[in-house]
Order: sequence, then structure tokens, then C-alpha cells
Amino acid sequence: MKLVEEANVPETTAVSESMRSMIDIDGAIALFPTSFGYFDPHILKMAAEYPDVQFFHAGGLYQEGKTPKNVASYFGYIDESQYVAGIVAGLTSKTGKLGFVGAKPIPQVLRNINAFTMGARSVKPTITTQVIFTGNWAEPIKEAEATNSMADQGIDVVTCHVDSPKVVMETAEKRGIYTSGYHADQSALAPKGYLTGAEWDWTNIYSQLAEELRTGKKVSDGTIPHILRGALKEGFCKISPYGPAVSAEAKKAADDAKAKLIDGSLVIYQGELKDNQGKVVIPAGQALKQTDPKLETMDYLVDGVLGSIGS
Amino acid sequence: MSSWRRSFESICLSFGAILLGLLLFGLFCAAVGQNPFAVYGSVWKSAFGSWQTFQNTLIRAAPLMLTSLCTALPARLGLVIIGNEGALVLGGLGTISVGLVIGTALPPVLAQIVMALAGMVAGGLWIMAAGALKHYRAVNETISSLLLNYVAIALLNHLVGGPMRDPSSLNKPSTFPLPEAIMLGNMPGTRVHWGLLYGIVACAIAYVLIQRTTFGFAARTAGGNIRAARIAGLPVGKLTLIVCFLAGSCAGLAGMIEVAAVQGSANESLNVGYGYGGILVAFAARHNPLAAILMSLLVGGILASGGILQRAHNLPDATVLVFEGIVFLVVLFSDSLYGKIPFFKEKPLWVNPPAPPSSPGQEPVVMS
Repeated sequence: MKLVEEANVPETTAVSESMRSMIDIDGAIALFPTSFGYFDPHILKMAAEYPDVQFFHAGGLYQEGKTPKNVASYFGYIDESQYVAGIVAGLTSKTGKLGFVGAKPIPQVLRNINAFTMGARSVKPTITTQVIFTGNWAEPIKEAEATNSMADQGIDVVTCHVDSPKVVMETAEKRGIYTSGYHADQSALAPKGYLTGAEWDWTNIYSQLAEELRTGKKVSDGTIPHILRGALKEGFCKISPYGPAVSAEAKKAADDAKAKLIDGSLVIYQGELKDNQGKVVIPAGQALKQTDPKLETMDYLVDGVLGSIGS
Repeated sequence: MSSWRRSFESICLSFGAILLGLLLFGLFCAAVGQNPFAVYGSVWKSAFGSWQTFQNTLIRAAPLMLTSLCTALPARLGLVIIGNEGALVLGGLGTISVGLVIGTALPPVLAQIVMALAGMVAGGLWIMAAGALKHYRAVNETISSLLLNYVAIALLNHLVGGPMRDPSSLNKPSTFPLPEAIMLGNMPGTRVHWGLLYGIVACAIAYVLIQRTTFGFAARTAGGNIRAARIAGLPVGKLTLIVCFLAGSCAGLAGMIEVAAVQGSANESLNVGYGYGGILVAFAARHNPLAAILMSLLVGGILASGGILQRAHNLPDATVLVFEGIVFLVVLFSDSLYGKIPFFKEKPLWVNPPAPPSSPGQEPVVMS
């Protein structure tokens, strides 16, 4: 099995051309175009044109009967990791104020903010999370400004969902406050203040898919499912090893929650859940499992989050 | 007439610069441990080698031709406009607004014309604003057009994330999509969209307008010496506004093509740097619209080879930017050599001075 890769491809005709050239020149039988904007229209068009090539997209929504048969979508519910990280943050914070630097108010980001906040409030119900949206995925200057202003406000744990958490982590460490990572383990960037973090773990899903492709399975004939989703249990995501500032009590609470999320006895999104405007978003008695498509359209911040999704 | 030396000079200098750029890039490749000749081979193959791969180059060149005019046209009037990106974004927004209103009410061709006009007017007014600020308030047009880019991008993000957002576009906020029926298709037998033709035609029209009409002559005169132009009675203000409008409308048309031929809706993918690429093309083409076509193909080819550099040679993804940077630096440097190389100097038309009146005893000996 051979792998060819290309980085930094814009979400324009450039990505179609890259895919075409990987298929025509390199003879690729399966493609993993990962950026969200590659899906519509680029992957959809190429998949229709090359029905024998399997397309795997990270995060796109496969719709039966509408999306070409040779397209599959894989993604992880990393908000489970955020929930656990929220518990650690909640039990470590002295001021009861957490901070979250987000790129855009889109469902994937909102889920992380909400899960982080609900995790923290599950152990200390008075905790608040201040959220600041920078407006774009890579805005290092705004990310640093946001982190600094959070430190000025007395917030003592910050986390983020932007392309590269480096700036947030390093700025927070410099200001002497705690951090919780995202995407990957950032403990090296903030050795003193790093608590834990929500990490992706793509190794499982990719090696599983590679093995299936090798044995001749295909998305187009249904031997590989069109929608592949998972969280802590399936090993799509994990949490970073605890940093030096995490107490034994916090570790235990986090490990307990993690175990419950894995065995399914804990559901993050359950009623009655109010947004931060006081509106009920999930009525009492209702529980939304991670796979619920309603969660993929999330457009609210839960009670305890300070900030608004604007526009 | 000996102007062949002049034409020969521009051809030699341009191609010489590109060759030197290639040579320097080869040294770069050798420095990172790749065989430069293998890299050249791959670049050629993936950019111009076959019709299959050349189409990739054409697709990438199409928007650059249009956005380069946004800098090249005002340059003839002595203005340095770099608001290409903003005008492109505005053009895209104009297109989608009108396209969504029309829907399928008009026949596709008519709908496309209306959308193109909308994109052009939106982009045109945007750059005309920079021109007006320059003419009436003496605001530096380079700075104002640059700042207008940020305003345009913020406006796009606001509209796409708010008032114009399609609620079903979840993780990548976009406007509602255009109906498939009124999208611009591909040219028959190719995978290149009609935007390429728009680009070539626009460059050709711009060339004729600037080089072959009284209007273009007036604009060039004002660009050469604005006081002389005023004294000659040229309406400098009107010229500024019109040229800026035309410039912006070209970038706006590029935005229309991105929306109507590629994306199908307006979203943040509109703003991926075609505008800034156009500035480079315009400068490298010395603001000549016909040369801009060739330069766009060159840049398109370089960009098209980016993939193969990563996949076949394991070079990092920034390599293609290094390549582009080297070529442009050398091309811009070659600009400073015009008129410096003796061979290309026009031979002065030597007129023999009339022979001095001959003094007695020194009559010239006439050989026969």
C-alpha cells in the first residue's frame, strides 16, 4: 500500500485538480480529502466522475440517495474529551472562570464549548466559561489578544478550538494561568500550566480503513459503511496525560466520567438543558446521544457560557 | 523604424528572467537534495506536458487574468491599486445576490449575463470608491484599496455567517446555492470552465482599449504626466473614475466566475488569494494586458505543479511558493534592466553634419 500526500491545498478548483491528478497520475484508489470545504462541491463532483475511486471525507454529511455511493464520511465526537477536560478545568480553577477561544460559531465549535462548560459545571455548578470568537481559523494575533484579555479578567483556565492552539497555550503559560489543549498534546508548550486536553486519535480509524481497503472492501458496494463516527470508546479521540497541576481528586472525577462515557451510562446532552438566554433547548426527560443528527446542527451556547454566537 | 530592438528587448528580458528564475529554483532544489532536472521534468509534465495536465494550468490561470487587470488598468493611469481581492469578493457577493433573486425565472444564458453584470458592477463600484477617494480627497489609492479588501472580507464573513446564511450549511457557513441550471458550465470537450474565455476576452479588450483608442491614449497621457494632461484639457477625474470602475469590474467578474462556475454559492473560499496573485501577474506583465495572459499561464503552471512537487519529490508544500517567489523576484528585477543593455539601444539616427565650407587648397578628394 502506497500513500501520496499534499498539504495546504485551497478549497477551490485546486483541490479538484489535486484529486484528479492523484487518481490519474498516481493511480490512487482511495482519497482522504480532509478539509471541510472540500466536500461540497469538490468531492461530490469528483466522486460522480470517478465512481470506482473511494472518497473518505472528515466531517461531511453523507445523505442517502443524494451523495454519490462511493463517498464515506468519518469523524469523531471530540466533545466527549472536552467534557472530561472541563471536569479537570472545573476542579482546578480557583476563580471559577474558564475561557474558550473559538474560531467560528459553527456547530463543531459550539459542541466543544458547550461540552467543556457542562463538564466543568457538573462538578461546580457556579462555573462560567467566557467565549471569544476570533472569526477565522488562523488568527494568531487575535488569539493572543483574547487569551491576554481573559487572563486580565481573572480567568484561570483557557482552552480553544482554532487551527493551531500554540499561541493560546504559550500566551496562557506566560501569563501564569492553566491551559487545556486541543487537537494534540500541547504539554510541551505549557509545561507548568497544562492540565489535560481533548486530542484526536486518527490512528485507529485510518489503519482500520487501510486494512479494509487492502482486503478489497469498498464504500461503493456497501462493505464499508458510509458514516463512520466514534468517540472515546471507539478510540477516535482521547485526553492528554494529566499535567502536574491536576489534583488527585480531579483525576479521579475525570477518570470516572470517562469510564461512564465509554460504557454509555453518561449522556452529555440531556434535558432539561437551557441555553444562555434562558431558552430550553432540550426538554426534560430527553437525552440526545452523540450520534443524534440534531447535535450536528447545534446553534446555541448552554447556560453558563458568557458570550453570544452573534449575527 | 528600429523598434524591433525594443520588442526584442522585452522578449529577451522576460524570457531571460524566467530562465534565471528556473536556474535559481534548480539550485534551491539541489540544496534540499533533489535532482533539479528531475524536478524541471515534473514541473513541465504537470503544467504543460499534455492536454490533460495543461487544462489544470488553464483552470488556475483563468481567475488570475481577470484579477490582474484590476491592477494593470489603473497602473496605466499612474495609480497603484491593490484592492483586487476585495473587488473579487464583492463581485461574488453581487453575483450570488442577483443569482438567488433570479433563480430559474430567466433562461440560463440571460441569467448568467445578468449575474456577470451584477458582479462587474459590484466590483467596479468598489474600486471606483478608491478612485474617487484619490481624486476628490487625495487619499492614497494603494492604502485605501488595500484597506477596502479587509472591509470586503469582513462584509463577506458577516453576510455569509448571518443574513445570507443557508441554515443547512453547518460547519462551513455559505449562502444558499445557485440553482444548478444557471451555473456556468465547462467549455465543450474540456474540464475548463468558461471563465477562461472571459479572462482572455477581457484582457484583449483591455489591450485594445488602452493601446488603440483615444480613451486609452488619454489615460496613458494622464498617467505619464498628470499636469500636462490637465493643461491639455483632459478630464482627469472622469478618467480616474472610469478606469477604476473598469478595473474593479474585471476582478468582480472573476468573483462571478468563482461563484457561478466553481463554488455554486458564496462562502469564505472566495477569498483564497486570487486577488493577490493578480497583483503579481500585473506587475510581472508590466501592466500590459496581453502579457498578463501569458503571465497568468506561467503562474497557473507553477501552481499546477505544486502537487507533483509534493507527491513525487517529497518537497514541502511551501516549495511552490518559493518557486513562485524566485521567478517573480527575478522578473521584477529584470524590469530595472530596460535601457541598460547597449545591444538593445536604439541606434541614434546619425545625420551627417553638412560639410564645412571648404577652404582653398583643402578640397576633399573625391574617389570614384
